[in-house]
Amino acid sequence: MSTTTKHPIPTENVDVAIVGGGPCGLAAATELRRAGAGTVVVVEREHEAGGIPRHARHQGFGLRDLRRPMSGSDYAARWAELASIAGAELRTDTQATGWTESGELELTGRSGRRRLCARAVILATGCRERPRTARLVPGTRPQGVMTTGMLQQLVYLRGEAPGRQAVVVGAEHVSFSALLTLEHASAKAIAMLTSHPHHQTFAAARAVSAVRFRAPLLTRTAVTTIYGRRRVEAVEVTDLETGQTRELPCDLVVFTADWIPDHELAVLGGINLDPGTRGPIVDQALHTTRPGVFAAGNLLHGAETADVAALTGRHVTAGVVRHLQGDPWPTTSVHLQCADPLHWIVPNALIGSAATDVQPARQRFLLRAHRELIGPRVELAQDGRQLWRGRLPRVMPGRSARLPTHWTRRVNPQGGPVSARVLTARRRS
Amino acid sequence: MSRSHDYDMAIIGAGDIGSALARELARFDLRLALIDAGDVGAGTSKANTAILHTGYDAKPSTMEAKLVARGHGLLMTYADEVGIPLERTGALLVAWNDDQLAHYPAIQDNARRNGYAKIREISRDELYRREPSLGHGALGALEVPDEHIICPWTPPLACATQAVLAGTDLRRDTRVTGLDRLRDGGWRVESTRGALSARWVINAAGLYSDEVHRMAGREGFTVTPRRGELIVFDKLSRPLVKHVLLPVPTGTTKGVLVAPTVFGNVLLGPTAVDIDDKTETRTTAEGLAALRVHGERIMPELVSHEVTATYTGLRAATEHPDYQLTVDGTDGYVCAGGVRSTGLTSALALAEWVRDELDAAGEALRERPEGLPALRMPNIGEASPRPYAQPEKIAADPAYGDVVCFCERVTRGEIRDAAHSPIPPTDLDGLRRRTRTLMGRCQGFYCGAHVAGALAEHSAQTVGELWERPS
Repeated sequence: MSTTTKHPIPTENVDVAIVGGGPCGLAAATELRRAGAGTVVVVEREHEAGGIPRHARHQGFGLRDLRRPMSGSDYAARWAELASIAGAELRTDTQATGWTESGELELTGRSGRRRLCARAVILATGCRERPRTARLVPGTRPQGVMTTGMLQQLVYLRGEAPGRQAVVVGAEHVSFSALLTLEHASAKAIAMLTSHPHHQTFAAARAVSAVRFRAPLLTRTAVTTIYGRRRVEAVEVTDLETGQTRELPCDLVVFTADWIPDHELAVLGGINLDPGTRGPIVDQALHTTRPGVFAAGNLLHGAETADVAALTGRHVTAGVVRHLQGDPWPTTSVHLQCADPLHWIVPNALIGSAATDVQPARQRFLLRAHRELIGPRVELAQDGRQLWRGRLPRVMPGRSARLPTHWTRRVNPQGGPVSARVLTARRRS
Repeated sequence: MSRSHDYDMAIIGAGDIGSALARELARFDLRLALIDAGDVGAGTSKANTAILHTGYDAKPSTMEAKLVARGHGLLMTYADEVGIPLERTGALLVAWNDDQLAHYPAIQDNARRNGYAKIREISRDELYRREPSLGHGALGALEVPDEHIICPWTPPLACATQAVLAGTDLRRDTRVTGLDRLRDGGWRVESTRGALSARWVINAAGLYSDEVHRMAGREGFTVTPRRGELIVFDKLSRPLVKHVLLPVPTGTTKGVLVAPTVFGNVLLGPTAVDIDDKTETRTTAEGLAALRVHGERIMPELVSHEVTATYTGLRAATEHPDYQLTVDGTDGYVCAGGVRSTGLTSALALAEWVRDELDAAGEALRERPEGLPALRMPNIGEASPRPYAQPEKIAADPAYGDVVCFCERVTRGEIRDAAHSPIPPTDLDGLRRRTRTLMGRCQGFYCGAHVAGALAEHSAQTVGELWERPS
């Protein structure tokens, strides 16, 4: 084509390309530069690096990784600064839109279309909350229905007043973050509801917000219809135990949590996804099924806190450095499978014989369940052989429990998948 | 031409039909008003299955059959001319049981009676070769090679834009509330934004065409909206579906279709429920659940994908099996009502027909020598490169490299262009239909605030006002 010859698409060569400039991507960039990994480019489609914490003005960030309590916006800015100081290039306003046939990333930005040819790629594209549509909540389509992500941008980035009377759907950490945002925007949360029998945040966060916001927490309750023409006028909520419905008048509905990894680029790159997390399948060193491509952060698990995502960004660097030094890409791996009510385990694959002693990020496997489990006894087995059995403390939906790692030495790298199941669990009395 | 009226013709309704009529009549030396209660193409025209029909299944010798068949070719040509996204997928009518298979001869016979001969039966093996992700248990298919997918939003916008550029007076957010015959001929058209007079009133009011018909002092049909709920699946499901997969109507069940969209999603639907309320566009738990059951059967893997959107379309069904068309030269009244979901395809042909009938009714139509202004609409389809993927476009204007809506890859340049187009959006839903912003998988999680900001930069409204407008 004549246009292509007139505007040939330039190709850049770098050592490491990191897609996503949130805490995970920035932590990986910082660590890789410090480890002497060569040229590191962070591709960030937003105007500023820092990721989702940029939108949270409240405290509670940075404890596990930067070892001090910070607000979300300060935390995001700090990571961007650290990555820059370390010598990583933060290319903002630039979106990776796909892959070329030869494996380069395709980028779009104000300076044009480019190809980025990297010896190693780290996908750190994070996760997002499922919107109302993906949750199949029926009703009309009025204004005033949004996710926490959008609420926080409207309020903090644009100073808008999103509404006056809000219903918050979900009772995880982020749901309580939404309460803080609503307060900042002078909107009253008239109810918070969860389909589970209990909220899923820290007891302290719930206790403080119960006193501060006085929003009743409706457990075992779901929004079943949205009403309103121009603007939300009310929601119908249903008690999942009794089937009873009632209407709550409101002009704002915030759908929180229910995270899904932003996995488009991974899928376009032919990377296999785990059916539980819907993020890429990765082993302890965070290799994906595509040679040269790693994945880290909340793309693997929607959602852990920002500091945990940053720590996986740090963790991925060891494998990246070994790859740059010429270590072969692991070709065989054993997949980890979960039986209901277990939802997923991350990492979800174990690499071959030589490396079964590679530790996962933070020396643990993360496990999630679909519903609350109190003191469950969990078994891991491979080909009918028990690898590990143990009792976990309470497992809450939307929050990860920690599985130990020592059992990986007993895994047969040539064997079948490792399956995880619950042997027994107590019921809430 | 009489100068005693404000306009020669007032077209009520700027949907698929009204916009096509305005475009056709704008070729002539006429003063035209195009009036709509909302935006162009924002009523029932905005929510359909976005299929370019051949008319193979229309009731033979109806006006609908005739106009769909003619409109198919006209719209193919027009799409090429002005840049309406269109993909030549063809359709397969998949039979899942013997009863459906037994209907094939009747369907083929019907198609032939409508002058469509290219329909043919394909074997089970060929079906699965061409649609490998189809659910198990299909017995065979009829291929309709000319049923294609098309952008549902660009056609009325293109037509209305050409009309406006040719001098048509577009009055949006203007609901017609009454029609009065004037003593010396013509009409007084009352609206929520004042009155105007016109020699002719052309009723293209879609769901409300029966009410406008009655305002004109006529009876004869009632629109009973038929509600159809649809599910739009994530773009990552697009590779699963190669053709429009149509159900075989057997009289007892209608079934639902699975179709790719020109935006790169996959549609599942619609349900069909007759309702009374013309504003009842909500989705229901039952409807969505029923669609998922159908989806499981037709393509199980599809249903495992994320849902991007759900919506409800209302089809302007009447008690009659055909469009409700009238051209009355004595009163100066045209009715182009009761047009069901085929209106997207038939609109250009229907406009031609009305033009010819006006001519026959003694309206001396004088063609303007300059003809219609040339037009190229922004490409919002996936079949050809969008601005973000065009290096030469970004080099000429970096705003086309500034992606604002990440999921749909809509750039600041495109939002700016829409805001400065001849028919700019007045709210975010209007922007969505012009650019695809906010119709992606995140539904505003990442970009909602920024998209509103980008539009507000170029319009008189604030971000807050844009959010307050109806969706």
